[in-house]
Amino acid sequence: MKPVVKKSALAGIVVTGIAVASAMAAEEAALNVGEVNVYSYRQPFLVQPLFDAFTEQSGIKVNVLFAKTGLVERLKQEGANSPADLIFTVDIGRLSEAYNASLTQPVTSPALTAAIPDIYREPAGNWYGLTRRARIIYASKERISPEEAPKTYEELADPKWAGRICTRSGNHVYQVGLTAAMVAHHGEAKTEAWLKGIKANLARKPQGNDRAQVKAIREGECDIALGNHYYYVLMQQNEEQSAWAQSVYPVFPTIGDTGTHVNISGMALTKASPNQDNAVKLMEFLAGPLAQQMYAEQNYEYPILDGVPETGVLKAMGPMTSDTLPLADISEHRSAAIKLVDKVGYND
Amino acid sequence: MTADAPHRISQGTSRFWLIGGLIVAAIVAAPIIAIAWIALFPSENIWPHLISTVLPRQIANTASLMLGNGVGVLVIGVASAWLVTTCRFPGRPIFEWALLLPLAVPAYIVAFVYTDVFEFAGIFQTSLRAVFGWQSAQDYWFPNIRSLGGAIFVMSSVLYPYVYLLARATFQEQSVCMLEASRMLGRGPWRTFFTVALPLARPAIVVGLALALMETLADFGTVDFFAVNTLTVGVFNVWLNMGNAGGAAQISLVTLAFVVALLALERIGRRGQRFHHTSTRYRPMPPFELRGLRAAAAFAVCALPIIAGFVIPALVLSRHAIVHFEQSWTPAFFTFARNSILLAACAATGAVVLAIFLAYGRRVAGRTIFGALSRIAMLGYAVPGAVLAIGVIIPLARFDNAVDLLARDLFGVSTGLLLSGTVFAVIFAYIVRFLAVAFGAVEASLTKIRPTMDMAARTLGSGPGETLRRVHLPLVSSSVLAAATIVFVDSMKELPATLILRPFNFDTLATHVFQFASDELLEQSALAALTIVIAGVVPVILLSRAIRSAHPARRAPSFYAAPLPAPSSAGS
Repeated sequence: MKPVVKKSALAGIVVTGIAVASAMAAEEAALNVGEVNVYSYRQPFLVQPLFDAFTEQSGIKVNVLFAKTGLVERLKQEGANSPADLIFTVDIGRLSEAYNASLTQPVTSPALTAAIPDIYREPAGNWYGLTRRARIIYASKERISPEEAPKTYEELADPKWAGRICTRSGNHVYQVGLTAAMVAHHGEAKTEAWLKGIKANLARKPQGNDRAQVKAIREGECDIALGNHYYYVLMQQNEEQSAWAQSVYPVFPTIGDTGTHVNISGMALTKASPNQDNAVKLMEFLAGPLAQQMYAEQNYEYPILDGVPETGVLKAMGPMTSDTLPLADISEHRSAAIKLVDKVGYND
Repeated sequence: MTADAPHRISQGTSRFWLIGGLIVAAIVAAPIIAIAWIALFPSENIWPHLISTVLPRQIANTASLMLGNGVGVLVIGVASAWLVTTCRFPGRPIFEWALLLPLAVPAYIVAFVYTDVFEFAGIFQTSLRAVFGWQSAQDYWFPNIRSLGGAIFVMSSVLYPYVYLLARATFQEQSVCMLEASRMLGRGPWRTFFTVALPLARPAIVVGLALALMETLADFGTVDFFAVNTLTVGVFNVWLNMGNAGGAAQISLVTLAFVVALLALERIGRRGQRFHHTSTRYRPMPPFELRGLRAAAAFAVCALPIIAGFVIPALVLSRHAIVHFEQSWTPAFFTFARNSILLAACAATGAVVLAIFLAYGRRVAGRTIFGALSRIAMLGYAVPGAVLAIGVIIPLARFDNAVDLLARDLFGVSTGLLLSGTVFAVIFAYIVRFLAVAFGAVEASLTKIRPTMDMAARTLGSGPGETLRRVHLPLVSSSVLAAATIVFVDSMKELPATLILRPFNFDTLATHVFQFASDELLEQSALAALTIVIAGVVPVILLSRAIRSAHPARRAPSFYAAPLPAPSSAGS
């Protein structure tokens, strides 16, 4: 009798297995009207909620590959057979790199052009900005009065700040972005003098990330620091770091008299994109009101379009007016900026 | 291996080893060659700018880092290996395996942990200030952990096991006969160590040192974190910020030339020397009992590196893992762990098989071109992972696109990308990256087998394959095991190449940790980081046991009939 019992048990398992598997396959087929593949320089935990919302709304599955480096090279080598549809970046540098290497293709979409101001997109539509990230000054509440705090980036080179400034490495993309903006506004010679001035004012050799600079203010190592704006909110929400955030207040400096330097996170459609329609749908979704609001509420980045209602925390940081120079122009000076950073020995 | 390898063999069979070996070496060398190829097409000539600005400092920093790490790993690795092999003191049986533990801890995690502990706001300085009543940084002096010195400290603490592992295996195989001869001729224990034991162990120690130094050169995470401006930082700067991949590849090649020169110098230094055992007599060394102050000193020499390279990082990670358990835990956790372990196991197997093939092929077919290709293939270890990943993509994507084109022409169907963007690409990258580890260990071990063994086997009618299987493999089995373990552990930790090459929606423990660590939020993924360490600790302990039981005196009877003496043993 025993073998028979075994056999029927086995058959039962097999049948159940097949049934479950086919049910799952059917469900998947019903859900997915397709896929879109993303090469992302943004960390998955930051963008996954947006992709989930997109999938829920459209039924299109989003496949993600995250890396910090090398995605543009991978795209280039994979050539016409690359599975990637979209490339996501955290700064303008990588976007223009992909564009300059002819790896992108223009997208014409009235929805995108309406949602994204022209200073934050490539004129032909080869890349689009999605969110703005302001490079701001963090000032010590204890040691710097709001009147005394620098109102412009240029002031950071003033000798009165000697030994009081902290920044991260001058080679980091955020610092390079700011330096490139200085070059775009003032030219290389003035920017070099500016970098030398800041370097002379540094309290310590450039090190650590943006949060580490605020931590250094809290610990008394320096009085002012440069950092991206959203870390102010993120630090407040972190048990250990909230004390750091409470020791500073944000200042939105201007370049000359234009506005605060912002970098963008952005996206571009790849030249080889196999799922173009889905890719454009995802682009439009991310530029749309729901996603823009999610960016602001969950990642605390500024929506790409002024006037999209900002959440409480962003509003609480104060009004932000951004630089009016097209980011594509600023981006052209990145190589010059990095060479100036090397030239003045900023990181030594 | 001696230059005049007298065991060259008949043309037919040696051709198999020669051609097979050349093909394998060429495939494995392809990524490095691809990097050289990119170097031919820089977007601009980067050197005038670099030479007039950052290059001198980067070279100085790189040289200091290598010198510091070299001295660090040599002193720690050799001293601890000698003590646990030849002396008896409290804790020795534990130190024997525990000294390997830092191997399981990724350097970027150790860097993070020590910054957490030693920086101005860290627990150490905060306590100092509380105790002595200092108010600010101006009141006292404390070395900055984010510095060249900090990087040397951190990297030496996790890289010394390469030297320890190989030195210990060699000391263990040295018979007391030689050392006794030295003592009888009137040399004290210190001089015996420096004039007999150490020179005899030189090939193995150099392999360990070379591995540690190559890993130093390849490291980007630690130097970036500690703001040490090295040549590797320069590579990334030129590549990513100036968008000049060709220029970056050129700097990489210059760095590699540096490694090649060092290794060549070392080879010239021991040209004409032979290291294989010349006697069949083996007697294990009677342990040297240490007491009192000497025992305490030996204890400290072995305990400190373990505390620095393993205990403190593991404790800090555990604390974060417990505090942040809810943020750390994700249901996909087991998938990440499974992916990591499977990839690492495949890479370990692949690397060891290829290493045996190459090392043995060189032994029987010994051609110059063979040597050159296998040396190029070894360089993968000295290349930063992200740069190597680009080197891996190029040949794979070319292959895929060529196949696709062919299929379109012939059959009108597209095959798409067959290898790029699959786990195969990741495993291939691991093998290329870590082949040097496997090859170094296997080759050093083969060197110790007397060529007369090959000749005897061949005279008795065995072909090269059979000789390998029945003579060499049993003799080098412990080294092979060691090689496989190191490749496994290194692959578990590997990050930059994994990130770039993996398929969509695919994470390993290391990539999962990285997305938080890259934002200096390692606390949130401390659990996964701890798992990388634990997954590495288990094979490391097994390895240590295997090496001990593979001790020549003990393993001899199991491999050979009683009347034969242990063949891999030493004597004067």
